[in-house]
Amino acid sequence: MVKRPPLHIMGPSLLVVAAMLVPLVYLVLRAFQADPATVLELVFRERNFWLLVNTLALTASVLVLTTLIALPLAWILTRTRIAHKRLLTVLGVVPLAVPGYVMAYALLGLGGHYGVTAQLFGWQLPRIDGYTGAVLGLSLYTFPYLFLNLRSALLGLDANLEESARGMGYSEFAIFRRIVLTQLTPSLMAGWLVIGLYTLGDFGVVALMRYEVFSYAIFNQYSGAFDRIYAAWLSLMLLAIALALVMSESLILRRRRLASVGRGVDRHPRPHELGRWRIPAYVFLGVVFTVSIGLPVMILAYWLLMAPPDPQFFLEVPVAFARSAGAAMPAAVLAAAMALPIAYYSTRYPSPLASMVERSAYIGYSIPPLTLALALVFFALQTATFLYQTLALLILGWTLATVALALGPIRSTLMQMRPSFEEAAHSLGHSPRSTFVHVVFPHLRKSLFASLALVFLFCMKELPITFLLAPTGYTTLAVTVFSRTSEGMMAEAAPFAAAIILFSGLSVALILNREGDRA
Amino acid sequence: MQRALSGLVVLMLIAAAGYLGLSAFQQTNTLTLYSGRGESMVKPMIERFEEKTGINIDVRYGETAQLAVLLQEEGKQTPADLFWGQDAGAMGALAKGDQLQPLPESLYGDLPAIYKSNTGEWVAVTGRARTFVYSPERVSEDEKPESVFDLTGETYEGRVGWAPTNGSFQSFVTAMRHRHGDERTLQWLEAMDANGAKRFRNNSSQVEGVANGEIDFGLVNNYYLPRYKTNDPDFPAEQAFFAPDDIGNLVNVAGIGLIRNAENEEEAIEFIRFLLSPEAQSYFTQSVHEYPVRSDVERNENLQSFESLLDVAPEINLDELEDLEGTLDLLREADLI
Repeated sequence: MVKRPPLHIMGPSLLVVAAMLVPLVYLVLRAFQADPATVLELVFRERNFWLLVNTLALTASVLVLTTLIALPLAWILTRTRIAHKRLLTVLGVVPLAVPGYVMAYALLGLGGHYGVTAQLFGWQLPRIDGYTGAVLGLSLYTFPYLFLNLRSALLGLDANLEESARGMGYSEFAIFRRIVLTQLTPSLMAGWLVIGLYTLGDFGVVALMRYEVFSYAIFNQYSGAFDRIYAAWLSLMLLAIALALVMSESLILRRRRLASVGRGVDRHPRPHELGRWRIPAYVFLGVVFTVSIGLPVMILAYWLLMAPPDPQFFLEVPVAFARSAGAAMPAAVLAAAMALPIAYYSTRYPSPLASMVERSAYIGYSIPPLTLALALVFFALQTATFLYQTLALLILGWTLATVALALGPIRSTLMQMRPSFEEAAHSLGHSPRSTFVHVVFPHLRKSLFASLALVFLFCMKELPITFLLAPTGYTTLAVTVFSRTSEGMMAEAAPFAAAIILFSGLSVALILNREGDRA
Repeated sequence: MQRALSGLVVLMLIAAAGYLGLSAFQQTNTLTLYSGRGESMVKPMIERFEEKTGINIDVRYGETAQLAVLLQEEGKQTPADLFWGQDAGAMGALAKGDQLQPLPESLYGDLPAIYKSNTGEWVAVTGRARTFVYSPERVSEDEKPESVFDLTGETYEGRVGWAPTNGSFQSFVTAMRHRHGDERTLQWLEAMDANGAKRFRNNSSQVEGVANGEIDFGLVNNYYLPRYKTNDPDFPAEQAFFAPDDIGNLVNVAGIGLIRNAENEEEAIEFIRFLLSPEAQSYFTQSVHEYPVRSDVERNENLQSFESLLDVAPEINLDELEDLEGTLDLLREADLI
């Protein structure tokens, strides 16, 4: 039976697609201004191939490492009787607030003979850089993407399946492998996708770690040649790789039925006792948090001690924070609001069109942010000058870049929910709208909060889009940090970077705290 | 529901605070400046100017290249009056793209030859010399290179850092092409690479690389090391010039230009004049560790004197630094970017 989606799902979804087409159209327009011979020389040269190989190697390794961190973390924090779950959960998300270059500086500053450890303790660690440095640096602050996705999936998992399996005599390990892991596939995929796409486009960490990848080529074109045209070609290439990644995800997920069947209500599984695993679990948590939060905090403290901040800073930070959050919050709400109809459309009314709609949501996230910002500049100046350099355009830019982030948790939950629920509501006379409001929406509460947190943290440290689209004079926390570190003024940057991490951490705590309220 | 509402109220309060923070800037008689220079070094002078003249300045901070591309994208619709860029190359690219307009000659007529731009569409605000940073522990006196061309020799194998993707380095390569020709430049690039020169992202990471023992020499701008030394006098690195007139001592500039059709032309020129005044120049050399563009400014003890700079700096027409395309081609040919 082919169901047609109602207008209130279809309409907003198509609107998102239209918005995503803006940067695409811009890229194609610019690309066509190019001279074919130069394009051939610039785009199809051997070095780009090797850069791509490096990019893929990096991406694969980052995915493996983030999974090794996020999967056990999510399981421990949802399925065991560990104490202080809420606090630990917040700690598991906070690394997302660490700007990439701060993490890179933290790792780089650790080793070497004038490194932090050499100066403080007198022993010299090997310098962490190159491929290893890039993998570590990226993994240590991107794993929360996967953690949040897995966590909301684990929380939404119906215990009945596992308990039936247990009743049939399956071992705990077999249950985990055959049931839990299978059920987690969509959220694993969603997390992998955002981390993978992030790694493809990252320039900050890889450049500091001196590991050369494809984003180098794009960066050089913009910054060395002040050029928009050939950079557009390279951006299109990156986008093609990103979309290949998106497609492979949807191939894997196709025709998977994950919703539970049978009667009854969702039940939450009984938490496991940690038993003899208590100590290893705490060691694991300790290591993860020490490295992902402790390291950047240590480097910031070190910078701070080198030169204590001017007291005026304490007046500047709240203003800069208010600016960052004042745009990041609306962007988070808007991104979640855009992701919701798309996720509903693609999970409840599957069709080729639906999957196209869903994939298009990844365009904004996959395009290099500088290119996305230029596209919006172009669009605003051509059609809506009054929008130009207003907060609204910055929020729109951030939203387009993050719809894909918001999509993951929402979609995973929808895939787990049994459609029979909704069908029952229909047959009881609920309209599609009232079904959505009264049946679907309450279930999505937790994943919506996860989406908000993801987008909010992304925006708090975002740079290229802010540089180009923010109203003139609207200096956010992230811009402040960056403009100081880039001039080699680490000590002056430290308090602002610390403020990003602290305030973002507090905001996430607030957001996740709301999630705990009963639906 | 109530909770959702209260959440919404908090949200709106935060947004309102953000707007208020912004609207403090938006008053009449306001100049708009796009600054490729960081806030921390620019802001004190902007505040001083606002205090003195009552003219407000709205600043958009960003990276020089990003803002240059933004100006191209905006074209005639740009709200900017002024562009303050990190290097001569960016200024030249904008002048060539017809984005800037001629400045009164009184602004740049008296500058020393190393700071001149012939187009008269932008003016140097501060000078930044290329130099080499080295480790005093691992480099002996006779190992200090005379010329940047020496660095391809055996003595330097695997010991030198450079930043092929960095704007100031690329400007230096452009200057080398002008002085020594493309062929010799390409040979040098390839020989450096073959000699195991290590690639860094930028200047400060090389300075740290020298301190950390990763490299013994780095090709950098002059003002990074003094910034580290100000915070930490024991920082284990030193810097020096190559022999006089060597291209390795290129003096590049941060420059400012007036945008074509700027709405506030008069105020903009007043601001440029202020940046070139002894007060502002003294601030730049004392706090930012760059060279002034005039000689009547008190010397920064961490920098070589202004006269010695004029002595060692090669004379290069800054307008020539605009040809970055050719430099990128060369760097690509050498597989460095």
